[in-house]
Amino acid sequence: METAKIVSLLIQASYFAAAVLLILGIKRMASPVTARSGIQWAGIGVLIAVIATFFHTEVPGHVLIENAVLIFIAIAASTAIAWIWGKKVAMTDMPQMVALYNGMGGGSAAAIGASALLGAATQSHFESHLTTTQTLLAVIGALIGSISMTGSIIAWAKLDGRMDKTFRFGGQKLVNGACFLAALLIGLYSVWHLQTQWIILFFALALLFGVLMTLPIGGADMPVVISLYNAFTGLAVGFEGYVQGNIALIIAGTVVGAAGTLLTRLMAKAMNRSIANVLFSNFGGGGASAQEIKGSQKPIEADDAASLLYMADNVIIVPGYGMAVAQAQHKIWELSKNLIARGKSVKFAIHPVAGRMPGHMNVLLAEAGVPYDLIADMDDINPEFPNCDVAIVIGANDVVNPAAKTDKSSPIYGMPILDVANAKQTIVIKRGKGTGFAGIENELFYQDNTRMLYADGQDAANKLIAGLKAVDGGGGH
Amino acid sequence: MIDGFLALYLFMLAAFTGHEIISRVPVILHTPLMSGSNFVHGIVLVGAMIALGEATTWWQQVIGFVGVFLGAGNAAGGYVVTERMLEMFKSSKKPAAAGEGGK
Repeated sequence: METAKIVSLLIQASYFAAAVLLILGIKRMASPVTARSGIQWAGIGVLIAVIATFFHTEVPGHVLIENAVLIFIAIAASTAIAWIWGKKVAMTDMPQMVALYNGMGGGSAAAIGASALLGAATQSHFESHLTTTQTLLAVIGALIGSISMTGSIIAWAKLDGRMDKTFRFGGQKLVNGACFLAALLIGLYSVWHLQTQWIILFFALALLFGVLMTLPIGGADMPVVISLYNAFTGLAVGFEGYVQGNIALIIAGTVVGAAGTLLTRLMAKAMNRSIANVLFSNFGGGGASAQEIKGSQKPIEADDAASLLYMADNVIIVPGYGMAVAQAQHKIWELSKNLIARGKSVKFAIHPVAGRMPGHMNVLLAEAGVPYDLIADMDDINPEFPNCDVAIVIGANDVVNPAAKTDKSSPIYGMPILDVANAKQTIVIKRGKGTGFAGIENELFYQDNTRMLYADGQDAANKLIAGLKAVDGGGGH
Repeated sequence: MIDGFLALYLFMLAAFTGHEIISRVPVILHTPLMSGSNFVHGIVLVGAMIALGEATTWWQQVIGFVGVFLGAGNAAGGYVVTERMLEMFKSSKKPAAAGEGGK
């Protein structure tokens, strides 16, 4: 009896330690210097809590060895798969991996809710006497968690190119609204009338709503959506933590819920969109496209582009996600080093939402070895474009589209952009004539001082390096 | 069990904490931080373990098993991808050394 008490105390202490480590971990992750130790602290926190939970034996009457074995199998199998997959995945695919792992967390929270609710409904569970507050939070947590799970899976499928970018039908908003309302009402009904069939219907509708809600959202808005679902999962975990009376879950979940909400708002702000706008306005799928653009795109050969670069003093490189897809960041950095060796000033201009998530492009450039002091934020670099002799746009499109400033009918109107249009000369490296992620034509590409270098990113960088060396015989100066 | 109002205070304080600790994050860390906070809610694994541990019927075992499986994936996957991202950020402290990494 005494040992049971001590074990229980130790478990509680472990949860407390875990909560502290998780909060400190996030805190440390918020600064580049301590970021790496931050994730490690948080990792130790979860590890402690997981190990302690194996000793959790508060089941009256029977301790089921069978369950412990099942827990072990589930953890071992899932950890192995997730670990190997996470190690292998390319840096460019990070956003969808985060979405996928986040969806799993949401599903886990929903499962906790399902177990508690169905257990209470069938009365077979020892904990059939959930309080009303607990039942309510179990329902809300399960609703949010379910939406987060299926929504994240759709987001993952879209970003991973496994699904068409958008999916629409007439009266979609009405159907979505009805589905959500039905899930909510049945869920609330269940709080006071716990019955298995209603609970199952509730889960089915909640899971369906996650799918319906995410389907019409275009790829360009996906970062905001993933971040929102991240916050959702956090909240769901917090609520289910209350149902179980587990304070570590409440604290960690709520902290993530709040931090994730703030992060979502920061991202939406960077894209000049409100969260509601992202969720309900069906942006980013092309749809009603802006006006036709007069003129033509003027192509340029790599040798001529190299000559332009050779004569330039100030060069600004504007990388977009397309560069990362082509795995051209290493080559571009090599090109930059060649330019720097010839006494030119080279800077990288990063749009807040370059890549698939804010900061994603910085990760990709860091991977290629680009030093930090060469990378500039949008606000810092925009005043420098008029003095820029040659701007190289590689794989970026919507974030340099002047229509965001000039064309009120454009779906991206109002989004802050990099003012590449003000540069003296622009070279756009692009594989073909297609439109960007948002499916909008780009005026910049038709400007008189813009030249299009149609090539694969790596290929183009290689040719430019060779071109530079051809001009001055390979020497530095 | 936690008393209703105590829980409300807990939610409130935790929410402020979450808001406060990331309110001054540089944009460059947004992606790793999102990934990191994604890992932090992987603590849900603990809750799923308890749900499965207390399961008394076959269907509770099934739901619990799914919960633990998903929760473990959240925790393990979230940790690996965040670590990988932040590992690269270390080089930012010494830009000179990072320059050589570009080949």
